[in-house]
Amino acid sequence: MPLYLTDDQAMLQDTARGFMAGEGAIAKELRHWRDKACKDGFGHALWKQFAEMGFTGILIDEAQGGLGLGHVEAGIVLEEIGRNLTPSPFLITAIAFVEAVRGTPHADRWYPGILSGDAVAAVAVDEGAKHRPEAIALRAERSGNGFRLSGRKQFVVQGASADVILVAAQADEGLTLFAVEKGAAGLDVEGVRLADSSIGARLTFDGVEVDADAVVGEVGAGDGALSRLLDAGRTGAAAELVGVGSAAMDMTVGYLKQRKQFGRLIGEFQALQHRAAHLYSEIEIARAATLKAQQLLDEGSPDVEAMVAVAKAKAGRASQLAVQEGVQMHGGIGMTDEYDIGLYMKRDRVLNELFGDPGFQADRLARMKGY
Amino acid sequence: MSESFRQETRAWLEANCPPEMRQPVRDETDYCWGGRNAVFKNEAQRQWLDRMAGRGWTVPDWPSEDGGGGLSPEETKILKQELARIGARNPLYSFGISMLGPALLKYGNEAQKKRFLPEIARGEIRWCQGYSEPNAGSDLASLQTKCEDKGDHWLVNGQKVWTSYADKADWIFCLVRTDPAAPKHRGISFLLFDMASPGVSTKPILLISGYSPFCETFFDDVKVPKDQLVGEVDKGWDVAKYLLGHEREMISGMGLGGQSGALGEALREAVTADPALRADVARFDVDAMAFRAMSERFIDELKAGRAHPAQPSMMKYAGTELNKRRHELVMAAGGSDALEWESERSRKGKSAREWLRTKANSIEGGTSEIQLGIIAKRILDLPGA
Repeated sequence: MPLYLTDDQAMLQDTARGFMAGEGAIAKELRHWRDKACKDGFGHALWKQFAEMGFTGILIDEAQGGLGLGHVEAGIVLEEIGRNLTPSPFLITAIAFVEAVRGTPHADRWYPGILSGDAVAAVAVDEGAKHRPEAIALRAERSGNGFRLSGRKQFVVQGASADVILVAAQADEGLTLFAVEKGAAGLDVEGVRLADSSIGARLTFDGVEVDADAVVGEVGAGDGALSRLLDAGRTGAAAELVGVGSAAMDMTVGYLKQRKQFGRLIGEFQALQHRAAHLYSEIEIARAATLKAQQLLDEGSPDVEAMVAVAKAKAGRASQLAVQEGVQMHGGIGMTDEYDIGLYMKRDRVLNELFGDPGFQADRLARMKGY
Repeated sequence: MSESFRQETRAWLEANCPPEMRQPVRDETDYCWGGRNAVFKNEAQRQWLDRMAGRGWTVPDWPSEDGGGGLSPEETKILKQELARIGARNPLYSFGISMLGPALLKYGNEAQKKRFLPEIARGEIRWCQGYSEPNAGSDLASLQTKCEDKGDHWLVNGQKVWTSYADKADWIFCLVRTDPAAPKHRGISFLLFDMASPGVSTKPILLISGYSPFCETFFDDVKVPKDQLVGEVDKGWDVAKYLLGHEREMISGMGLGGQSGALGEALREAVTADPALRADVARFDVDAMAFRAMSERFIDELKAGRAHPAQPSMMKYAGTELNKRRHELVMAAGGSDALEWESERSRKGKSAREWLRTKANSIEGGTSEIQLGIIAKRILDLPGA
């Protein structure tokens, strides 16, 4: 498979690009909900439109009412989300959650709501300030017919508005995933606004009782579903980062062509030209690495995990460079809330942390390579 | 269709690639350059070249009538994957293949293609590149080597520098000034001639690595037949730029190193004892594997005619900077062992000499700064000179 988009994929890109630049634009969505101090941090009406476009079912099989497409296509939508900083449950709900519950009864329970744009899902993995999925400690003890969950989670994106939260927990048998529904007794949800105006949640599980059928897959066999969730989530976050970085770069290069100082366009200065060219190179490489990870995921390749780590790390670093150069090259105006470049910097930071930052991914790659 | 091609290719390679040619390259003497005075390190090297050239697979995607394999982009990719799978060495290192051939395919006339391409494909003539001059480095188009029309021949006088392996090459593709009065980018022509012609002399340049891969090359009243000018007179800069794109592609590939591009596995022992180095190497491996994906994408886009014409500049910049980082890390991991310059233990300072060699990567074929300037102007469309 060549490492560029097929004609069908390019068509989807056109559609997603037009849709997101119109309906998902910064002024219309991000600023609108932020300035209203929206407790969800995203608009449900736009989520319904995502459903009408078919986007929410992008990874759901056609037999179950979805589009039956893959991670390349999901990434196309995510890149446009990144470009427009469109607040949306798409990455967590339609990608990470859908992938994690695939083939289980939870898919039958939740896919219809996701397809119609009525349901929002969240995933609860992190327990401390940094992503450490190998150190999950939230306890799941046998209790009657089911389990009792005790512990905490944080950085649960859309956790405050989700109808269902996928919770990674330790049972006696090992790591297990549970689908916990909204309003469960003993579950405290504290919505927290993050730097980019999205809403994360801190969750406290104080002996939350769930039935045995809340288990996703088998008890003690949550590793497989969790790594599917994380591979999909990391690859998706990489695609969104490529969008964030590309848009920040485009905006900055555009600015270099219009801002004059010393009687010249600042884009004539070699000091800025070379930095812009280096940034272009990094963004292109990040896009290639991300597409490669997406293709390997879709092929079910055994080499996928290393490439996922590479894609998330590279896209994170490239986007980070783009937003930092972006603010610097815009000068004072880049520091103002009125101008959009700073919003990209905030989104980049959040996406870099999500599912493991570049340092985490590099360390993970090193371990996979045996050093 | 492609699956059966893969199976046939695999079987043929299994039967025809000598075991010695599946060992990693140890040093420069393992490279086969062909040429009129070809030196083969062993029989296996000769066989491998003969067999691959016999199928046109030294240049699998060139047309069969030009000595190539006539393979489609997809078949070429499969062949490369199958060669990589068994760790097969490149049968022929050749500036004829990587630089001149593509330029002749685009700009050469039928007689030139017929005359030069098949012998390039078979590795019978070793080519060198006459581009840089003492006063024309990054500003290549200011070159001054004089070429006069003497009616029945061209007469060439001047000097080139940094001519790779000029002392071992059979022929040269050379940029010369045919119109000194024209603006610098016009008035340049692209000429081919035999290095054995009277008036050609070379002098190797000793580098910091202790090797002399480059030469000074002098032309003193060299007579060149009229039919050895490629493209139109005074329009050689177009050929030169097109060829430079291919040169940059070739140099960018040097950053790839090995199958995955990753370095950490090979340095395991050194990095586990040194957390700071391990972190640097891990970060390098991220960049190297990402660049590997970029190279795959670039080649796919190039074959499909979808690559931006200035994209080789980006590949050259990123690939060479990456390669320099690779060798800095190899030296850091090697510590004082890697500093030995002559000992057998160090294979005569292999790591140190390679490390120093890579410093030229971001200078030759257009410096990193030149590439960044090209990206800025031609891809990002930034204003200015």
